[in-house]
Amino acid sequence: MTQMFKNLKSLLKYQALIQNLVSRELKARYRGSILGFLWSFFNPLLLMTVYTVVFGFIMKPRDPAFEGSPWLYALFLFCGLLPWTWFSSSSLESANVLMVQGNLIKKILFPSEILPIVVITTNLVHFIFGLPVLLIFVIVMGKSFTVYILFLPLVILVQLIFSLGFALLVSSLTVHFRDIKDILANLLTLWFFASPIIYPMTFGTVQNSKILRTLLNLNPMTHIMQGYQNCVFFGTLIHWKRLGVTMLVSIVLFFIGYYIFDRLRDSFPEEV
Amino acid sequence: MIAIDIENVSRVYQKYSSRHRFMTFKSSILKGDIFKALKPEELVTALNGVSFKVKKGEAFGVIGENGSGKSTLLKLIAGITKPTSGNLKVNGKVSALIELGAGFHPEISGRENVYINGIMLGLSKKEINQKFDDIVKFAELEEFIDAPIKTYSSGMYMRLGFSVAINVNPDIFLIDEVLAVGDASFVPKCLDKIDDFRRRKKTILFVSHDLNNVEKICDKVIWLKEGKIQRMGQPKRVIDAYLQDIAEKKEKEFELSQQEIEQEETFDEERRENRWGKREIEIKKVRLKDINNKEKHVFSPNEGMVIEMDVISCSKIEDFAFGIGIFNSQGICCYGTNTHLENFEPISIEGKGKVICRIEKLNLINGNYYLDVATHKRDGYPYDYHQNLYSFMVSSVNNDIGISRTPHTWILSPQIQMEQKGK
Repeated sequence: MTQMFKNLKSLLKYQALIQNLVSRELKARYRGSILGFLWSFFNPLLLMTVYTVVFGFIMKPRDPAFEGSPWLYALFLFCGLLPWTWFSSSSLESANVLMVQGNLIKKILFPSEILPIVVITTNLVHFIFGLPVLLIFVIVMGKSFTVYILFLPLVILVQLIFSLGFALLVSSLTVHFRDIKDILANLLTLWFFASPIIYPMTFGTVQNSKILRTLLNLNPMTHIMQGYQNCVFFGTLIHWKRLGVTMLVSIVLFFIGYYIFDRLRDSFPEEV
Repeated sequence: MIAIDIENVSRVYQKYSSRHRFMTFKSSILKGDIFKALKPEELVTALNGVSFKVKKGEAFGVIGENGSGKSTLLKLIAGITKPTSGNLKVNGKVSALIELGAGFHPEISGRENVYINGIMLGLSKKEINQKFDDIVKFAELEEFIDAPIKTYSSGMYMRLGFSVAINVNPDIFLIDEVLAVGDASFVPKCLDKIDDFRRRKKTILFVSHDLNNVEKICDKVIWLKEGKIQRMGQPKRVIDAYLQDIAEKKEKEFELSQQEIEQEETFDEERRENRWGKREIEIKKVRLKDINNKEKHVFSPNEGMVIEMDVISCSKIEDFAFGIGIFNSQGICCYGTNTHLENFEPISIEGKGKVICRIEKLNLINGNYYLDVATHKRDGYPYDYHQNLYSFMVSSVNNDIGISRTPHTWILSPQIQMEQKGK
């Protein structure tokens, strides 16, 4: 245990490496494409367009919160979709990262948890690039910001800790059980629909079913997504208690993830 | 001061088996204890109770066949893997040249890769800024440093990797067979740099199959065999012992393959492709021996060889000759002769007999050779001709070329000073 905290502390020394690896990933990802960094804006925009056409125009939003407007619904969707993309792509990439970068683990001495951390940070940067798109959209829709938007960084922090814990767990276990990669891809699809992203928590079906409500409330992502929606879309105060508990859960997950990662660390060089 | 202190270190690896993997997945879920389930069952010992000390400023060579544990040893010292048992202490900053340019990203420029690689190897950004020009200059990549790494040739890639690694300025320098890929001008440059490290009293651990370089660079050599230290000490002695061991091993392999051929022949007596003639005089058996009458198949170029043939003739024959021919692996005849060519007049042969051709000194170069033996009439009509049925090997540290080693010496006038290594 003490060794684990020592390792965790020594990570601070590697800030510069994390920084450089993140900027390398960012540079490398769009190198050679014509739009380059603009893809960080376009990707969420295009994704949102698809969902808006399907769920806004074809299926028509039924919840009163959207006043029957597909555009308002699109904005709501965007509030959840943007952070969800951050979470799901970091998780998927983390599951693979130790194998993809196996050469580094085998040949160079450095703490391997840096690799999933870099994945999460890189995706965080993409997420942050997408935020202005969201905020401009709010203005275009004629909605006004409330002071509660100042809580946005807090919600992001909770998600960051949650994602880190999850990524550490998934990345270290996938080294030994490669099946996790495929299980995870499907799990994430399920998880997406089990979080209030394309529907609000106030949606009739959810409210009328006690089982559904309980299940959704047990999902930490529910509270994180609601946090975003409260800050940006509804302009109301976040649920302190719920987000607080989610924060605690995230911290616990982080330590569990780090503990398992740390215990399995020595097996990576020969397994990846 | 001791730079590397290794005490009874062992390293065990897990043998990979997919069945085992499935079992661990299942049992880890069922029993809920992944750490226990991940304990390996089948093991391979890569290093077995190795102990030695390297003093600060010493250059240590590590030699041994593939799979003898050399790379594992370096990885342990670099801290990339941990020993299964035993104590390992390393004093000072280590730079490991285990693979050059590990971590280079193909899509981004050489410049950016230098920074990332440098940071990974333990330099700060400021230090890299200071050394950047040296790194690029040493790698001879001034023109290409801003091009993406994927456009580099493998030589350029390697030069850049080497250049970054040596500029880390470590106290202990681990080199694992990385010079093998350099071109004729870059390798001497690297060796110079290594010499420079030695002068500055840095500790070096050098793993290589190039025994000449090992002898040149190292103060002491360790020979690893199957994970154990077989011998340790003065470079020349250890390398000689190692070469001796390799020769013996080759000899054994040869004997085995030879036995196989003989067995095949007893099963398939009528295999005629490489043997013809009506066998009026039959060659029953052929043996290769050294001068001391010991059967042998691997020879050094300076050794002699004895070809012994058991022959048998059922009736009395008055026209006959014996011959031999030595062919290299390309099928070129290195030497051939027979008794007729050397003016032996046949008188008679009847019953069993023995013919010995004694070669005082082989004077051949490195390689595999095939032997033809024959009995025939003086006009060439074959009684029993064995083509390529016997083989032997010449193993030499010299890399001279050609068909045979013509006996020679070099004589230099006193103005010309040269020193011969290893003699």
